[in-house]
Amino acid sequence: MAADPLIRVSGLRKTFGNRRVLDGLNLDVYGGEAVAVLGVNGAGKTTLLKILATVVRPTRGIAIVAGHDCAKDAEHVRRDIGLVAHGSYVYEDLTALENLRFWATLAGLRPSAAALAGALATVELDRAADERIRTFSAGMKRRLSLARFVLVRPRVLLLDEPFGGLDQRAKKWLEEHLASFKAGGGAIVMATHSFGRELAVADRIVFLAGGAIALDTPRGALSPDDVQRLYALHAEDAC
Amino acid sequence: MLTFARRAFIVLWKDLLVERRSKETLNALFFFALLLLFLFQFAIGPDRERLAGTLPGLLWLGFILSGLLGLGRTFVVERENDCWEALLLAPGDKSAIYVGKLAGNLLLMLVVEAILVVLFGFFFNLDLGGVLPGLAVVIVLGTVAFAAVGTLFAAMTAQVRARELLFPVLLLPVQAPVLLATVKATEAVLLGEPLGSVAHWLKLLAAADVVYVAVGVLTFDFVLEG
Repeated sequence: MAADPLIRVSGLRKTFGNRRVLDGLNLDVYGGEAVAVLGVNGAGKTTLLKILATVVRPTRGIAIVAGHDCAKDAEHVRRDIGLVAHGSYVYEDLTALENLRFWATLAGLRPSAAALAGALATVELDRAADERIRTFSAGMKRRLSLARFVLVRPRVLLLDEPFGGLDQRAKKWLEEHLASFKAGGGAIVMATHSFGRELAVADRIVFLAGGAIALDTPRGALSPDDVQRLYALHAEDAC
Repeated sequence: MLTFARRAFIVLWKDLLVERRSKETLNALFFFALLLLFLFQFAIGPDRERLAGTLPGLLWLGFILSGLLGLGRTFVVERENDCWEALLLAPGDKSAIYVGKLAGNLLLMLVVEAILVVLFGFFFNLDLGGVLPGLAVVIVLGTVAFAAVGTLFAAMTAQVRARELLFPVLLLPVQAPVLLATVKATEAVLLGEPLGSVAHWLKLLAAADVVYVAVGVLTFDFVLEG
C-alpha cells in the first residue's frame, strides 16, 4: 500500500437543515484498497460518497481525495474520481456508443472508435452498441455507466450500490473489474446493503451509525453471517 | 482552446441528436407558432393599416413565446438519469457546456423563427422579399441576446420546483431593452427603411449580445455548481 492514503476524511460533518447526517467522521483509504460502507437507510453512506465526489459540500471537516481538498479544489478531485450513483448518467435517446463518446469527449478525451468499441466490449455491451438506451434494462445502463471508467481511468472509484440491478454474469464481471482496479493501485469506496459475494471485493468493512464510523474492521475474518449480525447490531444502535 | 471547442461541440451534437430523435421541442414549437398565427389572424383581420402597426410586436411576441417554451426545456433532458450531476462532475471548463447549449438553443430558435416569418408572410399576405436581409440581421441579433440569457436562466431554474413560473419571471425583465430595440428595428425594417436608420438599435443589440454571452460564459460554472 502507498504511504499516503488516496482518500483522507477527517472530522467530517454534514447537516441538512436541523438533521446532522455525518458527525465527526474519520476515514482513510489507501491505494489498492476497497472499503465497503454499510449502514441503515439515512446513515449517511450516499452523503459521504457525494462529498468525496464533490457533489455535496461538507458543513465542517476535511475530505481529501488524491491530495486535493474536495471543497476547495473540486476541479482537481473530479479528474481523479469515478462516481457510480443511483442515476446511470445516460441519455435515453442516444445509443450506447454515442453516450460513451459524449461523456469521454466531455471529460477531455479523444477516444478512437476502437477505444470506444473496446470499452463497450469490456462491459459486454458491444452487441448493443448501436441500440438506443431507451431499450436497455437497468443492469445494462449500470454497465454502460461503468464503461466510462474503462476509458477515463480514475484513481478513485466511488460506488453507490454498484451491484444493484446486475445479473450474475455482470456481477462477476464487476467483481473482476474492481479487483483489477485495486491491483492497479486504485482506491474504492463502495456503499452497499449487500452481505454476500458483493462484499468479496472489499478489504475493509465500515459501519456507519449516528453520523460516524461505529466499526471499521478487515473483511477477511468475517463471514457473510458475521457481517449480517454486525449490521443488525448497528442498525439497532442507529434506531 | 481546441478542447473547449470540442467539448462545446459535443454538447451541441448531443442536444441536436436527442432533439432529432425525440422531436419533442421542435414539434411543440411549430404547432404553438401555428396556433399563435391563427389567433393573430382572427384578432387583427384583413385591415392592412392595423396590421402594419402591430406586425413587429406580433412577430416578436411569437418569437418570445415560442422561445420561452424552447429555452425552458433546455435542461429538461439533463434531469433524466441524473445527467445534470454527471455534467457537474465532468472535469474541465463548464462554460463549454454553456456555449454548446447556447448554440443548440440558437439553432432551434432561428429555425422556428424562420418558419414563423414564412407563415406570417403567408397568413397576412405580405411580400417580405425586399426586407428579408435587414429583417434577418435584426432577428439574429435579437435572438442571440434572448438565447444567451435564456440558456443561463434555464440552468439557474432547472433544479427549482417552480421553474416554469420562475423562468419567464426572471428572463423577461432582463430582456426589456433587447425587446424594445428589436421591435423598433423590426418596425423600421418592415416599413422599408434602410438598416442605417436603425443603427443605434442595432448597436444596442450587438452590445447586449456581447455582454449577455460574456456574462453567461463567466457565470455558468457558479450556476452549475449551485
